[in-house]
Amino acid sequence: MSSVIEQAQGTEAPVLQIRELAVALVDSPPGHPRLVVDDIHLEIFPGETLCVVGESGSGKSVTSFAVMGLLAPDALKPCAGQILLEGEDILRCTPDRLRALRATRMSMVFQEPMTALNPVRTVGWQIDEVLRTHTTLDAGRRRKKILDMLAAVHLPEIERIYDSFPHQLSGGQRQRIVICMALILSPKLLIADEPTTALDVTTQKQILSLIRELQQKFKTAVLFITHDFGVVADIADRIAVMNKGKIVEVGTRDDILARPTAPYTRMLVSAVPSLVPMHREPVTTSAVLEVRNLQKTYTERGLFKPTRSVHAVNDVNFTLRRKEILGVVGESGSGKSSLARCIVRLIDPSSGSVTIDGQEIATSTRRAYQPLRQRIQMVFQDPYRSLNARIKVGDSIIEGMRNFGFGVRESRARAVELLEIVGMGAEAMDRYPHQFSGGQRQRICIARALALKPDILIADEAVSALDVSVQAQVLVLLEDIRARTDTAVLFITHDLRVAAQICNTIVVMQHGKVVEAADAQSVLMRPQHAYTRQLIDAAPGRHWDFKHFRPLAVH
Amino acid sequence: MSSSTIPAVGVLARSAFRRTLTTVPVMLAIALLALIVISAIAAPYLGLADPMAIDPVYRLADISAAHWFGTDAYGRDVFARVIHGARVSLVIGVGTMLAALIPGLILGVIAGYFRTADMIIMRFMDGIMSIPGILLAIAFVAVTGASMLTVLIAIAVPEFPRVVRLVRGLILSLRDEPYVEAAISLGTPVTTLMARHLVPNTLAPLIVQGTFIFASAILSEAILSFLGVGMPPEVPSWGNVIAEGRTYFQLKPELILLPGLFLALTVLSVNLLGDAMRDALDPKMARRV
Repeated sequence: MSSVIEQAQGTEAPVLQIRELAVALVDSPPGHPRLVVDDIHLEIFPGETLCVVGESGSGKSVTSFAVMGLLAPDALKPCAGQILLEGEDILRCTPDRLRALRATRMSMVFQEPMTALNPVRTVGWQIDEVLRTHTTLDAGRRRKKILDMLAAVHLPEIERIYDSFPHQLSGGQRQRIVICMALILSPKLLIADEPTTALDVTTQKQILSLIRELQQKFKTAVLFITHDFGVVADIADRIAVMNKGKIVEVGTRDDILARPTAPYTRMLVSAVPSLVPMHREPVTTSAVLEVRNLQKTYTERGLFKPTRSVHAVNDVNFTLRRKEILGVVGESGSGKSSLARCIVRLIDPSSGSVTIDGQEIATSTRRAYQPLRQRIQMVFQDPYRSLNARIKVGDSIIEGMRNFGFGVRESRARAVELLEIVGMGAEAMDRYPHQFSGGQRQRICIARALALKPDILIADEAVSALDVSVQAQVLVLLEDIRARTDTAVLFITHDLRVAAQICNTIVVMQHGKVVEAADAQSVLMRPQHAYTRQLIDAAPGRHWDFKHFRPLAVH
Repeated sequence: MSSSTIPAVGVLARSAFRRTLTTVPVMLAIALLALIVISAIAAPYLGLADPMAIDPVYRLADISAAHWFGTDAYGRDVFARVIHGARVSLVIGVGTMLAALIPGLILGVIAGYFRTADMIIMRFMDGIMSIPGILLAIAFVAVTGASMLTVLIAIAVPEFPRVVRLVRGLILSLRDEPYVEAAISLGTPVTTLMARHLVPNTLAPLIVQGTFIFASAILSEAILSFLGVGMPPEVPSWGNVIAEGRTYFQLKPELILLPGLFLALTVLSVNLLGDAMRDALDPKMARRV
């Protein structure tokens, strides 16, 4: 395998060669090392982007941290193999040598740009720190070099940015600063660990093209760690698929995406949602939820400063019908979560009307709303935090039924039934949430939400924190629930691709307002509003039909 | 997909708990505390001299087999007074802890959950906290007269606003947890919500805070007694024993040093235990394993 690639790459030597790398847990019993990653072989050539893809726990981050020498020494330890950076084995470097190699020969961009920067120093000072540590340039030259690099990452008003603190910049700008810091000494290898996962799609697109551009300029080899096949399809030269600490398959982008050989790769790639909407019959059922002119305004009243108000939800209208899955799509800050929380009355709307079957719920008192809670239920984003860790799963599921006066025996019988509906066994009843994986917990949350037989299920980013294969299963489950019951689903997501897979209707929100609302087909195929077009344009992997292992015909 | 794969997270968390609590200093602290508690409870049955019996013949006696710590200016056996003093100190410690934690928890939960109550309760707490604790205690004892109960209340009152603050802060952050919001949207009534989802999750930090209150109450009692505004002087409490030894410090330093050592070791052990419990109960420590 590797000889084929070497031929393909000509005579150039690889920047990074990982051979038979294994990393073990430090406190595993002697003689039986518990391996976190095992038998890793990877090569990266100058100017190439190698994407390492895998689900959570696959060992992709451990591999990248091993390369940087950043493994937590009290937890993980490389126990076999070599990591050769331009022929020099990193695993046998002294700590001083390793420190010298970082930033000069290899550097890293992390997932969360806010935590990667020191909040109490200006970004200029922080970039300067790299130069002070690794070069002998005088202050004037350093400043010039930094300003040049800030310009190279396309930041506006570089003089002002130089003196800014991280909190004064947007997420995308912060990530540009981190990239600037990583590339200022033109390292041969850039490791990017999920660098765009925390960013909105439109920002993600800009950052990806920036990395691409700088890579070509400096001939940097990029080791790109991600879980998102869409991103992979857009940027990878070659792809390595990891699962459970091992490399499943390595190949060129088209090998992996169009002709995957390993069953795991096939499963993973085919589970990736693509932007092609499923064909769905128009929904003609009766309306169950009507939202009219809904407003949520946050006002900040200062004693000495003028009153400031933020319209989190601004004049939103839509109708949800029985058996319909309505997607609310938007980037962070678009007000989609505030909208959901207004509807379930976790927060009180400022004005407007929300009716369930004609019954007003937006302006009713909390006490009057209490009996209506039964009819709207919510599934939250983070399955790790939405179940009380101290309460058994069964008791969590029956909580709602008990609140509405059902008997214990009746409730428990229904809970077992619900667990079966969501694909879990009755034995889950007496276990605690920590005994389950993220996907299983999300199923439990869905079971809990369904326990009260709600008319409306609100899924607030309910699949965003899940791996693609689990995500696909949960989407099937939602589909199934819709088919079995009359439940209408309000599906809130930032990911147009997921919305394309499941929604009948899509509502696009920006800055608290609905900019476009229509059936999924028209929104995705014939977007009317510029912002919708921008979102579609930025969706990673939109030119690839993952399910059928082929590129999409450009339409 | 079935629920058959069960990661052993719970087991790991428990082992982290055990590991933090089984380090040598913590084990020593636990052993020492156990010894003090047992001897304090069993003090009347240990065949010790009467801690209040005055015997002028033996005043300021040296350390001997009959008087392990010597005797004080009234000829009372200091060892007997120190062991009996542990009873007083432990009762004050436990009593203050409960007297601070229970109202603190109740007011804290109310302040954390209800916005209007928050304004009123917290301003009131700010008021109490702005008065120096010892001054407040002295004034209180001076007004009501010295007894075990008044000393206990005098020490607990300045401590409990801190508990209210702690609980209020915890409740405020717990309220935003998705599982609490999930319970609200399941129609869980406020009282059930508090009892089931909010209060149990404040207990771990409360236990830790409790150990610190326990230690500082023992110290405060000693300070009040030393200043002469605590327990009546004939009651054998550590503060009283040390206060009586003060006049003879140059002659008989052991009259202060030995009871002082007991006081210091007890407070140190309780604090060590509290630190260890904070580490063990912190979910971040458990997750790191």
